[in-house]
Amino acid sequence: MDVLTQLLNGSMLAATFRMATPLILGGTGGVFSERAGIMNLGIEGEMLVGACAAAVVGIATGNAWLGVLGALLSGGLMGLLHAFICIRFHANQTVVGTGVNILATGITPLVLQTLYDSGAASPATPTLEAWSVPFLRDIPFLGAVLGTHSPLTYLALLLVPVSSFVLFRTRFGLRVRAVGEHPRAADTMGVHVYRHQYISVALCGMLAGLGGAYLSLCQVSMFVKGMTNGRGFMAMAAMIFGKWNPWGVLLAALLFGCSDALQMVLQAGGSQIPTDFLLCAPYLLTVAALACFVGKAVSPRQVGKPYIKD
Amino acid sequence: MRNKGKLVFFDGQKALFLLLDPVVSILLALAAGAVMIWALGIDAGLAYRALWQGAFGDANALANTLLYAVPLMFMAFAFAVAYRAGVFNLGAEGQMYIGAVLAAWAGYAVTGLGHTAHIVLVLLAGAVGGGLWGAAPAVLKAKRGVNEVITCIMLNYIAINVTNYLVNTRGPLRGGSTLPATPVIQDTARLSKLIAGTRLSSGILIAVFCGMALYIFMWKTRAGYKLRAAGLNAQAAECGGIPTTRCAVTTMIIAGALAGMGGAIEIAGVHSRFYAEFSSGYGFEGIAVSMLGANHPFGILLSAVLFGALKNGASAMQIQAGANAELVKVLQALVIFFIACRWSIAKLLAYKWGAAGKDGGGEAREEDG
Repeated sequence: MDVLTQLLNGSMLAATFRMATPLILGGTGGVFSERAGIMNLGIEGEMLVGACAAAVVGIATGNAWLGVLGALLSGGLMGLLHAFICIRFHANQTVVGTGVNILATGITPLVLQTLYDSGAASPATPTLEAWSVPFLRDIPFLGAVLGTHSPLTYLALLLVPVSSFVLFRTRFGLRVRAVGEHPRAADTMGVHVYRHQYISVALCGMLAGLGGAYLSLCQVSMFVKGMTNGRGFMAMAAMIFGKWNPWGVLLAALLFGCSDALQMVLQAGGSQIPTDFLLCAPYLLTVAALACFVGKAVSPRQVGKPYIKD
Repeated sequence: MRNKGKLVFFDGQKALFLLLDPVVSILLALAAGAVMIWALGIDAGLAYRALWQGAFGDANALANTLLYAVPLMFMAFAFAVAYRAGVFNLGAEGQMYIGAVLAAWAGYAVTGLGHTAHIVLVLLAGAVGGGLWGAAPAVLKAKRGVNEVITCIMLNYIAINVTNYLVNTRGPLRGGSTLPATPVIQDTARLSKLIAGTRLSSGILIAVFCGMALYIFMWKTRAGYKLRAAGLNAQAAECGGIPTTRCAVTTMIIAGALAGMGGAIEIAGVHSRFYAEFSSGYGFEGIAVSMLGANHPFGILLSAVLFGALKNGASAMQIQAGANAELVKVLQALVIFFIACRWSIAKLLAYKWGAAGKDGGGEAREEDG
């Protein structure tokens, strides 16, 4: 059986980590944003813009790492835009997030058309070369799973403990969480509510942009119109499933990534199940996971509610 | 509506504010869009003139604008009715797909019916399909506490893939042609053309009728009052004996049915069969239409025509002025941003005129926490 061999030699688990990378990045970003009380439905759009910017900068400079930088900056800018409208105007965060997504679906083909005279895809970008970690790659099985990956995958994995530390063990993290739980109390204690929200949402945009860079620079080496295809939303689902905790996000993202990998293995193996059903699998699993296992999801208390200073 | 009793300025002024917000939002969006077009090195005046000509230039252009407006109206109704009841329905796209594929099936598989009866059957099939698809996230939220925003979006992707399967090569609803589509529907299932020589069908009359029915339901019946109360303040409504979770399920069934009916009308009035991925993102555009129309059926009818005009004029703008049709999506996003800020604009003006209190920021709605 094809799936079994792939499972045994670790290549499917390696694919799981590859598919999970954008979800880990976007989901961890979402944790920061929502912990600060701003619901960020725009992760999908930020990821798309990040993917596009990474490709554009990468092609222009011929350097994939500069492309990554471009994705960071553009994603952060989209995050700031979201934060500005939500915070300054107390706007409805779900609606603004939808606006960010529509903006991204409009602006990315516009950039493609203007720069490359093609509305559908960019030329090939420089590829972010995969790293092969010495020693780790020589361990049997584990080496096949984790030994060789894109630097962004390692970065995503590294970000999980780092974000967890920042959120739960530092003064900044405590303040971010206070702002998301009870902004009035935080404000009374002298915490600058809006500043923490701006930083968190911009950080979320940057991480989502990184996720996008992974798609365009590592996964396919080009930017294709609408290439995120719901991954930003799935990152949000991973955030909820992971109970607004970076470690939870990691597990949820790996679960979704695994279903993605399984779907690809089955498809490549010429399975009897129609392709369209296989493509459904990650989305179905997301709904099932949220419905069956997560129980009552307890979000940070003030998520989605604008804080209006007296 | 909201702000009841607190506003001191008289009704004429209030009406002015109600109109001011969308108009200011549109003007600001167009202005920002002009800057963008100019930055792309294109004459913004020429682009907007081509857009206008393409949207309203002659009878045919107008008919096409209205043609685009019809599905937008239904998608916006589907968002608005849920929004008023405190539920975020981002799943209109999926609800429309399921409704449309069922409607197409009822349209080609059922034979021997009269024209009216068949049309009614097709619309009903659409409404049932959409309603069921819409009920799913509401039930999951009521029973399992799952955030409806995520479920709705996931169900959109599932609906698109499932309908793709149905009309793909080995799918059970596949028609004979080389296209991934169902067979063509019976003649009795087709909506008649409203204006001869154009593509505009009588679907727009159904849309207007649905808008009026929705208004009467939401503002003139007890059930509608309950839904709106649940949306304005769930806790207060609960204390007043209104079962808010049941309200959420009801409202999502209604919303889904409206979206599904919109899909059915696309099939019966425009395409005459179900195509794989026939929608060009109507579901998400419906949110913008609804917000611009103040989430009110009558406002939606107007703003849908405006968005239909943008969609329809986009190709003319691309051909005549060389401005990419995707610019229209950017304009839509800008409209959403400005409309999302609008209560602050009204508040600002009200402050300037010394008229209103501090509750201008009243858009802050209790969301799922």
